[in-house]
Amino acid sequence: MESTVAIATERLLEPAGLGENALEDVFARLMGPGIDAADLYFQASRHETWVLEDGLIKQGGHAIDQGVGVRAVSGDKTGFAYSDEIVMPALMEASGAARAIARTGGAGRIQAWRRGGGLDLYGPEDPLKSLSDADKVDLLRRVDAEARAQDPRVDQVMVSLSGEHDVVLVADHEGRLTADVRPLVRLNVSVLAEHNGRRESGLAGGGGRHGYAFFTDGDRALGYAREAVRQALLNLEAVEAPAGTMPVVLGPGWPGVLLHEAVGHGLEGDFNRKGTSAFAGRLGEQVASELCTVVDDGTLPGRRGSLNVDDEGATSESTVLIDRGRLVGYMQDRMNARLMGMQPTGNGRRESYAHLPMPRMTNTYMLAGPHDPEEIIRSVDRGIYAVNFGGGQVDITSGRFVFSANEAYLIENGRVTRPVKGATLIGNGPEVLKQVSMVGTDLELDTGIGVCGKEGQSVPVGVGQPTLKVDALTVGGTEA
Amino acid sequence: MTTPTVTASAALPAKDELAQIVQQVLDEAKRQGASSAEASVSVGTGLSVNVRRGEVETLEHERDRSLAVAVYFGQRQGTAASADFSAQSVRDTVTAACSIARYTSEDPAQGLADPALLAQEIPDLDLDHPWDLEPDRAIELAVACEAAGLEADERIRNSEGAGVSTGRSMRVYGNSHGFLGGVAGTRHGMNCVVVADQGDGMQRDFWYTVGRHADELEAPEAVGRQAAQRAVRRLGSRQIGTGRMPVLYVPEMARGLIGHFLGAVRGASLYRQASFLLDSLGERVFPEHVTLSEHPRLPRALGSAAFDNEGVATRERVLVDRGVLQGYVLDSYSARKLGMTTTGNAGGVHNLTVTPGSLDFQGLLREMGDGLVVTELMGQGVNGVTGDYSRGAAGFLVAGGEIVHPVEEITVAGNLREMFRNIRAVGADLDTRGSVRTGSLLVDDVMVAGQ
Repeated sequence: MESTVAIATERLLEPAGLGENALEDVFARLMGPGIDAADLYFQASRHETWVLEDGLIKQGGHAIDQGVGVRAVSGDKTGFAYSDEIVMPALMEASGAARAIARTGGAGRIQAWRRGGGLDLYGPEDPLKSLSDADKVDLLRRVDAEARAQDPRVDQVMVSLSGEHDVVLVADHEGRLTADVRPLVRLNVSVLAEHNGRRESGLAGGGGRHGYAFFTDGDRALGYAREAVRQALLNLEAVEAPAGTMPVVLGPGWPGVLLHEAVGHGLEGDFNRKGTSAFAGRLGEQVASELCTVVDDGTLPGRRGSLNVDDEGATSESTVLIDRGRLVGYMQDRMNARLMGMQPTGNGRRESYAHLPMPRMTNTYMLAGPHDPEEIIRSVDRGIYAVNFGGGQVDITSGRFVFSANEAYLIENGRVTRPVKGATLIGNGPEVLKQVSMVGTDLELDTGIGVCGKEGQSVPVGVGQPTLKVDALTVGGTEA
Repeated sequence: MTTPTVTASAALPAKDELAQIVQQVLDEAKRQGASSAEASVSVGTGLSVNVRRGEVETLEHERDRSLAVAVYFGQRQGTAASADFSAQSVRDTVTAACSIARYTSEDPAQGLADPALLAQEIPDLDLDHPWDLEPDRAIELAVACEAAGLEADERIRNSEGAGVSTGRSMRVYGNSHGFLGGVAGTRHGMNCVVVADQGDGMQRDFWYTVGRHADELEAPEAVGRQAAQRAVRRLGSRQIGTGRMPVLYVPEMARGLIGHFLGAVRGASLYRQASFLLDSLGERVFPEHVTLSEHPRLPRALGSAAFDNEGVATRERVLVDRGVLQGYVLDSYSARKLGMTTTGNAGGVHNLTVTPGSLDFQGLLREMGDGLVVTELMGQGVNGVTGDYSRGAAGFLVAGGEIVHPVEEITVAGNLREMFRNIRAVGADLDTRGSVRTGSLLVDDVMVAGQ
């Protein structure tokens, strides 16, 4: 969208009087022999949070941040400096610091600027202005009331609402001037229920690249309240989880965090270029059962992990990572793509102007398969049916990964029986998808709650999958 | 390499300059009608380099600043933050906070800390030791560190690199009770991550060193060798069978266990009734040989502070005395919610120390006999409400007090209330690289899930 470049230029460059000539002067300082690539990442963001606790609107906060990150790349070396002032002297100083990565040399000059805004997956409107403050507070109160009305055992309710508006402009050494204006909203409900001295919690929420109307449409936010209460009450009944290796059926949607940890990180370009991923050098190999096709897709409208363009100005793509079990693609940013002789895939992301971009996931999911979800459960004699998860983690080198179930049930003789307490599941990334013997028809994406951390940088992501069965996974309960 | 012109020790503004901005914010809040206000201004500058396979990979110059304000209209609060220190931004930030306070609730627990508890004097805790580290020198150190790791063993086949960083930050906090205090501090570090491979799967491990003064860092070669030794010893890792056994948490992992305890005695967990240690004051939560104390004013220590994030004076105290819980970890808000007094922990604990025991690591292995050493934990499987605990782990199988083989792809599980009571021994191997300082912890009767 051409219009995002106009919005971003007005917001980021014009206040400091920075025109095309000024940017060309910055690149003249930044570029030179030995520098292969360089970019400037201008960003201005606004963020707000509202918190209800104990029936009180306890907290409200507003934050603004802006700045510019300056990067120079020479081969596999990167020089980086940033400033929270978008003014010419700071840009020139940062350029001098960043370019020190390569030996000194002459100058290069941008020939002509090409403007672009990538896809049109969400509108540029500021979500913070999409609802009055009085209505935001009212929404929190209605969610609180909905949760409390569900059951007398509900004891504590905490609701948080947050919104973010991010304007970014990327100028690079090839003359690309690309912009994105990104809204992001999130609502979380956390509930504590008490019964006979036992206390248990439930957590639900969602969001995406929308205005706050996302939560009021069809009373979606009230649905989160009911879901959080349902989980808390269910946990009051949960028995000890089993310990040991057994078949595990994963429900659709958020359990896709399995894919994010087991294969997603291991297929990011940087780890494969360096040969430190358990998947390095395995393109073309069968790494999963033929039932498994996994994609990373930044092009889904309104999704939390979606981007019109990535943080290097590359247009978002949908990338097939695993095609019917065969490893066919990595996720790339510009630098790792160039060094590996591959194409960028729109996965260059960064937490902010103060961080370097690297290959990151967007929305990662497995396509639907041929099996009826109920048939999948019927096929298990003794195992676990896990439908909701907290987070996960992976060691990309050994391939070991974990993800923690917080809603799970025993499967006994083909039937879902009692709920069990939360337990961590552990497996090996390059092996686990080979153990997938059934894949359901019921693909779902998560509700919009994912945060991915890598090298200290957090970015919003999405995950999804249909119901699937892993024949053997180690379950970390306490019952032998 | 040419030498860039910017170094890490460059140009933090003077403390007075930041104090003036804090005062401007407080004055503006008063002008806009707030009955009280508090503000903090922080600035930081740093340099970090990472080298991989002998070549520079990244060279980053860091420069951060932030301004945060909380305003109170009676007992309604609003907060706002900005990275811009200009007069216009000060006004806008205060306006944003005041606008929010119109919509928050009257909350009896809200407000500034009790003036009587604010720090009266601010001793110099020897925390500020800028390291005049030129990028070229930082690169040399990182190269030496990584080279020692790569050369330490022929099975070290790859590297994620070695990093050297230096940073200096300054924070000034003030409130409308008249408190105004500032502290500058430095933090320098070095780390190395290497990959071992003998043909049957790669293993990665790391080591790091950190300190307020560059002289306190371990030698680069020692850091590299330690990383290599840790990666190599993991080669040939395999699962073990499922069963209950004693587990020895090395100090870096024991710190996490103590962290879960601190999470459960934090004011915010307690007033929300979201803790597995509700109403435990005066109760035995650890065995008699376990004592936890807080030492906020240790010179040069990483967790030291003379006042907390609300200006409250920090003080020495015993949190757990011979197994019995003596207090909570509170800020003013949570303290009022609980009808108690703040413990000077707005922002966290300061050098919380588990009193070391007498056994070194080898002694602990002998004491354990048969069991599992845990050197790595993965995932977030800890329920702070119930204490249910289930995490991915890696480490070593131990038989007859000797390490038998490395272990991976297992979980360790239990309930934290019981695990704390089942601590058989605290090691003498105190790790001081953080705000929580502990030696190894030997915990009996943990469920280990594997094959």
